[in-house]
Amino acid sequence: MIPVIAATVKVMLPLAQLPSNFVHHHSTTTCVAENRFFCADWAAHNFDRYVDPALKQALLVSVSVAVGFTVAMGLALLSHRQPKLAPTFTGLTGVLYTVPSVAFFFLLLPITGFGTDTAVIALSAYTLQIIYRNIVAGLANVPEEAKDAGRGMGMSQRDLLWRVELPLAVPEIVAGLRVATVSTVALATLAFFAGAGGLGQQIYSDLTFKTNIIIAGGLAMLMAILFDLVLLVIQRLATPWLRAGAS
Amino acid sequence: MIELSLPIAFLHSFTGAFDFILHQREAQTRFVQVGGLGQVWELTRTHLEVSGLALAGSLALALPVGAALGHRGRGEMFAIGLGNAGRAVPELAVIAFLVAFIGIGLRNVVLALMVLGIPPILTNTFVAVKQVDRDAVGAARGIGMRETQILTRIELPLAVPTIMSGVRTAAINIVATATIAPLAGVLTLGDFILSRNVYGDQGVLAGAILVALLALIVELSLAGVQWLLTPRGLALQRERAAA
Repeated sequence: MIPVIAATVKVMLPLAQLPSNFVHHHSTTTCVAENRFFCADWAAHNFDRYVDPALKQALLVSVSVAVGFTVAMGLALLSHRQPKLAPTFTGLTGVLYTVPSVAFFFLLLPITGFGTDTAVIALSAYTLQIIYRNIVAGLANVPEEAKDAGRGMGMSQRDLLWRVELPLAVPEIVAGLRVATVSTVALATLAFFAGAGGLGQQIYSDLTFKTNIIIAGGLAMLMAILFDLVLLVIQRLATPWLRAGAS
Repeated sequence: MIELSLPIAFLHSFTGAFDFILHQREAQTRFVQVGGLGQVWELTRTHLEVSGLALAGSLALALPVGAALGHRGRGEMFAIGLGNAGRAVPELAVIAFLVAFIGIGLRNVVLALMVLGIPPILTNTFVAVKQVDRDAVGAARGIGMRETQILTRIELPLAVPTIMSGVRTAAINIVATATIAPLAGVLTLGDFILSRNVYGDQGVLAGAILVALLALIVELSLAGVQWLLTPRGLALQRERAAA
C-alpha cells in the first residue's frame, strides 16, 4: 500500500512545490514508525551518531588491552623466574575473570568514580587471566634445545629471556591477546554503565528500535574482527622465521 | 583530612550495601518495601534458574555436536569458527536483539543466553575429543569397543578437563549476561544494579556485590564438578607433569 501511494505521489505531483526529499522522507518515517527489520534510509542519515561512540569504544579497548598486557607480562615474568608464585597469580587472575563486568563496574564506582578510568580498570582486569595464561604457556613450551643453544652461545639469563624465550613464545602470546581483545570489544559494549560511553550507550538508548540494534551491534562485532586482523598481522610481522620455515 | 575521608566514604557505602541486603527498606519511589533477604533470595533464585536452564540447554546442544565432530575429526572450520565468532558477540547486543526482534520473557532470555553458552562448550568439546591420544583410541578399538563406547568410555573421560574449561567459560558468560536480563523483563540480581531509581545507590552496590559472589560460587562449584569428573589416572598424570 505505502509503495503504491509513494509511487502515485511521485507521478502525480512532479511539478508541485514539494521538498525534493518528500517521498523519501515519508517512507523513512514510516519505516521507523513501524520499526521494520532495517531502515536503510534512516541508517544512511543517522550513521554519524555511531561514529564517535565507536571510536571511543575502540580507544577504550586499546587502552584496556594495553594495560592488561603490561600487567600480565609483569606477572608472567615474575612467575617465570619464581614458579612458586604461579598458583597465586593464576587464582587471582581467575577471580578477576569470573566477576561479571557489570558488577565490577559498580563495585569500583565508590572507589574510582564514574568515568573511563573505572571502565579501563575493570576491562583490563578481565583480560589478565587469558593473557597471563598464554604468556606462561608460551614460555613453558619453548624447546629445551633452543634454550641450550642460547646458553651455549654464552647468553645470560636475561638475554635468553628476551632473545630466545619471548620471541619463540610470540605465537601463543598473540593468540592470548587476540582472545582477550575480541572479548574486550564485546564487553566494552557494557562500559557505558561505568560512564565510558561507547556503542553500548547507543544500544541502551533505544533497546526496541531494530535498526539501531543492528547498526550498533554490527559495528561492535565488526570492530572485534578488525582488531583480530590487526593482531594477526602483528603476529606475522613479529615472527618472520615461521614463514621462512613454511616456504 | 582528604586522605581520611575517602576510605571512610568507601566503607560507608559498603556497610550501606550490606544493610540493604539484610534489611528491608522503603523504595526510593516510596510505598513499597525493597531489599532484605527475602527479595535477595527471590532475585537470586531467578538468576540461578535462568542461568541454569541456559547452561543445561547449551550443554544439551553443544556437547553431542562437539563430541560427534571431534570423534570423526571433521567440521574443524565450523567448530573453531563458532568459538571465535561467539566471543565477538556483545552481551548487550544479544539482550537488545531479543527485546527488539523476538520478545521478552524467561524462555526468550534462556534462548539468548544459550547463544553465549553454546560456542565455548562446542569448541572445547571438539578440540578435547579430537586431541585424545590416538593410541588410546586404537587400543580401545583393538579390544573390540564399538565407536559409541570409544566415545563415551575413552574419549569423553580423557577430554574432561578441556570440556569443563569450556563449560566454565560458558557459565561465566551466562551468569554475567543474566545480570542484564531485567532489560528483557526477567528480574535477576541485576535488577538491583539497573534500577537505581528504585533501590538507590546502596541497592546498586548490593547488587554488584551479590552478582560477583554468585559468579564466584558458580565458578567454584563447577571447578568441584570438574575435579569429580576427571578420571583419577588423568589427574595423577597431570600432577606428575606439573611436578
